[in-house]
Amino acid sequence: MTETVAQPTAVANTAPDTMAWDSGLRRLMMIYLPLGCFVLILLFPFYWMAITSFKPNAELMNYKDHNPFWISSPTLAHIKHLLFETAYPRWLKTTMLVAIGSTTLSLIASTLAAYAIERLRFRGGPYVGLGIYLAYLVPPSILFIPLATVVVQFGLFDSPMALILVYPTFLVPFCTWLLIGYFKSIPYELEECALVDGATRLQILRRITLPLAVPGLISAGIFSFTLSWNEFIYALAFIQSGANKTVPVAILTELVTGDVYQWGALMAGSLLGSLPVAIFYSLFVDYYVSSLTGAVKE
Amino acid sequence: MSVTTLSSPALALRQPSWLVRLFDYRPFLIVMCLAPALGLLAVFLTYPLGLGIWLAFTDTTIGRRGVYVGLENFQYLLTDPLWWGAVFYSVFYTAVATFGKFALGFWLALLLNNHFPFKSVLRAIVLLPWIVPTVLSALAFWWIYDPQFSIISYLLVDVLHWRTTNIDFLGSAWPARFSLIAANIWRGIPFVAISLLAGLQTISPSLYEAAMLDGASSWQRFRYITFPMMMPILAIVMTFSIIFTFTDFQLVYAITRGGPVNSTHLLATLAFQRGIAGGELGEGAAIAVSMIPFLVFATLFSYFGLARRKWQQGEGND
Repeated sequence: MTETVAQPTAVANTAPDTMAWDSGLRRLMMIYLPLGCFVLILLFPFYWMAITSFKPNAELMNYKDHNPFWISSPTLAHIKHLLFETAYPRWLKTTMLVAIGSTTLSLIASTLAAYAIERLRFRGGPYVGLGIYLAYLVPPSILFIPLATVVVQFGLFDSPMALILVYPTFLVPFCTWLLIGYFKSIPYELEECALVDGATRLQILRRITLPLAVPGLISAGIFSFTLSWNEFIYALAFIQSGANKTVPVAILTELVTGDVYQWGALMAGSLLGSLPVAIFYSLFVDYYVSSLTGAVKE
Repeated sequence: MSVTTLSSPALALRQPSWLVRLFDYRPFLIVMCLAPALGLLAVFLTYPLGLGIWLAFTDTTIGRRGVYVGLENFQYLLTDPLWWGAVFYSVFYTAVATFGKFALGFWLALLLNNHFPFKSVLRAIVLLPWIVPTVLSALAFWWIYDPQFSIISYLLVDVLHWRTTNIDFLGSAWPARFSLIAANIWRGIPFVAISLLAGLQTISPSLYEAAMLDGASSWQRFRYITFPMMMPILAIVMTFSIIFTFTDFQLVYAITRGGPVNSTHLLATLAFQRGIAGGELGEGAAIAVSMIPFLVFATLFSYFGLARRKWQQGEGND
C-alpha cells in the first residue's frame, strides 16, 4: 500500500487531481463527511430504540416540554414491566433453545456433508455441492405454506421442535459452503500422512481436520445462531400459543395490543431481543465479516 | 517411549473391529456423512417445495384435504386486483430498494476502502443493522414513522421549520410504500457494503498505479478498473439481494401488514394473509408459486446480464 501512496506525488505534475485528493479539506468532504452521515443514519434507529426504552411515558408523548433526543428522568419501568408482567423471559428461553438446537443440528450435518464433498472425493460430489448451494436460493416465503402442512402432519405444530428441525433448511446450505471453503484451505498432505500412519477416516476428521477448521466452525456457528435468532416467518406460521413464541414474533403479536401502542415496552422488548445477538456479534466481529465475505466469494 | 508410540497404531491396524472397518469403507462413509444434511433438506425443503406446487392446484383449506382444481387458483389470481397490486408493489419495491442498496452500499464500500483511524471499529458498527433481528429494527422504524410522534416530523417541523404539518408516513399509499423501501434500504446497505468491500480489497493496487501513470482521473479509475473488476461479485451479491428483497416479508408485516387499504402488500405478505391467516392454503400456495417465475427471471437477468458484461470487458481489453 505504501507504493500507491507514494505514486501520486511522483506523478503529481501530470495528474494534479491525484495530488488534490490527498489534501485535508477534500479528504474531509469526500470521506469523513459522507462516512459520518452513513454512521449516523445506520445507528440512529438503535439510539432511538434505546432512548425510548428508558423514557417515562410522559416524556415519550410530549415533545414540546422535553427534548426528544434526551431523557430528563430515565426510568426502568418499561423493562420491569417486560420482565415481570409479560412472558418475556419465557420467550427469551424458547428463542435461545431454538437457536442453540438448530445451530447444533446444522453444524453437525453440514460439517459431515462438507467433509464428504471436499475430502472423500467421489463422483457426483460437485453436483451434490451445487444442489446444496441451490437450496440456499429457495426463499422461506415460498416454503412456509406447504411447510406448515408438513409440520402439522408430523404433529409438531406449535412446538419449538418444529423450528429446530426447519431452520436447518436455510442454515445447512450456508454452513456447508462456508466449511467446504475452510476444508479446502487445509493441506491434504496432513490427511495423507495420517492415512499412512494407519488412522481411520473418522479419526482423521476428529483429530486433524476439525481442529484445523475451528475458525470455520466458529464462523458457521455464530452465523447460524444469529440467523435462527432473527428468523421470523416460520416462527410466525408454526407457533400458535403465546408461551411458545420466539422473541421477534412474540413482541409483534403479543405486545402490540389495542390502538394505543406501548412504545416504551415495545422498544424495550426490541432492545433486549437485539442485545444477545449484538453482544455475540461484538465478541466475534472478525468471524462475522470473514464468513459473510467468504460465503459470497465461494 | 518411541517404542510404545510406534506399536499402538500398528496394533490397531492389525485388529480393527468390524465397526471401525465399516466406517472406513468409503462408500458407506460417504452415505453416512451426506445423510443428515441431504435428509433434512429433502424432508423440509424439496418435499415442501413440490407439495407447495401441488397445493397451488388444489382447493385445500386448513383442516380440509383439497381436490385437484387445475388452474382455477391462478385464473382467480389473474382477475384479482389485490394480486396485481402485490405484483406491482413487489416489483417496484425490489427495483427501487435494490437500486438504493447498491448505489449507497457501493459508495459506503468505497469510503470504507480508504485508510483512516478506527477503520475496523467502523466496519463493525456498519454491519449492525444487518445483525439485529429485522422485525425488531422494523418496530423501531414503525415508531420513527409514527403519525403523531415521529422524530423525523419533529425535526422537520419544530427544529428546522421546513414544514408546518407532521408527515403521515404510513397513512396513505405512496408515502407508506416509500417508507417501507427506505427501511429496506437501511437494512440492506451493510450486507452490500461489506461484501463489496471484500471484493474491492482483492483488486490489485498495481492496476491503479498503472492507470495513474497513464494519467487516469479518479472517475476514470473507478469506471475502467474498479467497476469492471467488481462485476463478478456484484452479480452474485445482486442475485442474492434481488431474491431476498422480492420475497421479503418481515418488514412489511411488522410495519404496515399490507395496509393502508392493501396498498403495500408484497406477494409474500399476501400469501400469508390468504394462506395462513385466512386459511385458504391452496390459494396462498398459488400466490407463493406465482413468485417463482419472477425469481427465476430476476436471477437469470442479474446473473447473466452482469456476467455477460464481464465477458465483453474481457473482449475489449486488447
